[in-house]
Amino acid sequence: MSEVKTISGRGIPLQGNDIDTDRIIPARFLRCVTFDGLGEQAFADDRQQMQGQHPFDLPQYQGANILVVNENFGCGSSREHAPQALSKWGIQALIGESFAEIFFGNCVAIGIPCVTASPEQVAQLQQALMNNPQGTLTLNLEALEVGFEGLTFKVEMGTGSQQMLTTGTWDSCGQLVANREQILATTAQLPYLVWA
Amino acid sequence: MSKGTLFDKVWDLHTVGILPSGQTQLFIGLHLIHEVTSPQAFAMLRDRGLPVLYPERTVATVDHIVPTGNQARPFADTLAEEMMQELEKNCQAHNIRFYNIGSGNQGIVHIIAPEQGLTQPGMTVACGDSHTSTHGAFGAIAFGIGTSQVRDVLASQTLALSKLKVRRIEVNGDLKPGVYAKDVILHIIRKLGVKGGVGYAYEYAGTTFEKMSMEERMTVCNMAIEGGARCGYVNPDQVTYDYLHGRDFAPKGADWEKAVAWWDSIRSDPDAEYDDVVIFDAAEIQPTVTWGITPGQGLGVNETIPTPEELPDSERAIAQEAYQYMKFQPGQPIAGTKIDVCFVGSCTNGRISDLREAAKFAQGHKVASTVKAFVVPGSERVKQQAEAEGLDKIFVEAGFEWREPGCSMCLAMNPDKLEGDQISASSSNRNFKGRQGSPQGRTLLMSPAMVIAAAIRGEVTDVRTLNGNP
Repeated sequence: MSEVKTISGRGIPLQGNDIDTDRIIPARFLRCVTFDGLGEQAFADDRQQMQGQHPFDLPQYQGANILVVNENFGCGSSREHAPQALSKWGIQALIGESFAEIFFGNCVAIGIPCVTASPEQVAQLQQALMNNPQGTLTLNLEALEVGFEGLTFKVEMGTGSQQMLTTGTWDSCGQLVANREQILATTAQLPYLVWA
Repeated sequence: MSKGTLFDKVWDLHTVGILPSGQTQLFIGLHLIHEVTSPQAFAMLRDRGLPVLYPERTVATVDHIVPTGNQARPFADTLAEEMMQELEKNCQAHNIRFYNIGSGNQGIVHIIAPEQGLTQPGMTVACGDSHTSTHGAFGAIAFGIGTSQVRDVLASQTLALSKLKVRRIEVNGDLKPGVYAKDVILHIIRKLGVKGGVGYAYEYAGTTFEKMSMEERMTVCNMAIEGGARCGYVNPDQVTYDYLHGRDFAPKGADWEKAVAWWDSIRSDPDAEYDDVVIFDAAEIQPTVTWGITPGQGLGVNETIPTPEELPDSERAIAQEAYQYMKFQPGQPIAGTKIDVCFVGSCTNGRISDLREAAKFAQGHKVASTVKAFVVPGSERVKQQAEAEGLDKIFVEAGFEWREPGCSMCLAMNPDKLEGDQISASSSNRNFKGRQGSPQGRTLLMSPAMVIAAAIRGEVTDVRTLNGNP
């Protein structure tokens, strides 16, 4: 499992509040038993409606790896297919005003940081990206700082999640399984386990 | 920081330890799985050579992709059939209890676990589905998880989580006639916003919730996530115990007495401390309908769609998006909006009490000729019970289709879908763009009774004006 310390590349602005996971990946694409191929279907319906004008279709953002969003991004369904679709499209990090909780957790679980900044800073960054889509955007997760062509600002992320990413322990499965004895000890204090 | 709440007590009891990241390793008492979010999790286990640690603590069913019409296997949809086979194979390989179609116990995951007594007070419940918050109605800490977390639960029966804050949402007083649990939760989300609950567990308290049946409490808890709260719960009480007693997996004999004593002990203390408290008056709650593209865009059925000027700055952008998508004008009344499709069902409102209430209004009426209307029981047991009571006949005589159990048109991963820019009156939980299967489809959320009223009149109608009432 790799450490996620600095992500550098190009940004893609996606404006709008409350963009839900049904929009990120419409439910019909969840009829699958692997996450393969979801990248092409990211924002499928929004993209169809916008006839080539959706940021994910605009030529200047192809190859971008940091998605810049507004408020309550990823609300709704718990489908991990949403971050998986973004990841498979090429997104490695998200900067936004705020994120829905399950979406945030699903991102961390697959090694994708979601950091937050003020509405003004996010708007400024989105505008800067529109003006200069080829500029270099950097997220330094250890310093919790974003830099873009002379623009720099601080971002926030819960300490636990930040640490899991920067120390390469974001895939918690191994750690959880290793605590077998403590798990057994916990079950001993739960009366309901023996009732049914 | 909260102290002495049910959330704190259950969290502490299930804490395995603190991980190096500072997160809590939390034991999960009941893990529910279905066909959509589990196949990749099992694949990850296979890749890592890990077994399922407590197979007896995971229960599976199939709900999202099942057709509610012809359920003969193989399904016409080959992708759905493949998912079905994958779940069957995984459950068999790992010795996991699976309620398949035709077992008599299949249904929407959040309906079958409560009806069998699997969900109990004081448990932690996780499922790869955001509406897992439903199970909080029993005084359980229940939340939705992603597929990597499904993997973690299968492998370790635990999750790495950060503790939530607790907001007590108190609603007091009697609900007016025609006002249901669905209206209560739509009202709460309207007032607190779709992200107001992020970082919180919601404790629903006060006399309104105390008087609610378990099924009503489930409707409220079900939609906690639509207000941003990953879980919502009601403290267990006699209503909870009466519901549970005698159910398949409920404690029996001497265990029952022990269980009740323990359940009483995990209730929030009278002097519990909360991170936040919000109080509502039940008398203010109207039959509520959503007009926009988030569950927070709700209004009383006799109100008009808000103009941008009536909204706080922060809600104007999403309102503009909603006017455009919904093809509604600001200031327009919601009552009288023509409806194309009516759907009663889903994990929010697909239980027997929902169908009884719906049938009460459907009886003696006919679905408007311009409307396609259907009723989808939430589980095989709900269907069987409804048929034993003759509810199916009432619906069919009134012009509704009576279907097989499943998630149906709540999310349209099955053949039930809106077409074009059709408008639905729906007892489900999400009015997101495209949610019901058409990229231009429009959804108005409301209670089952209001859906029936819309079906009969062919337009959004105050249910209190049906049956000769003014």
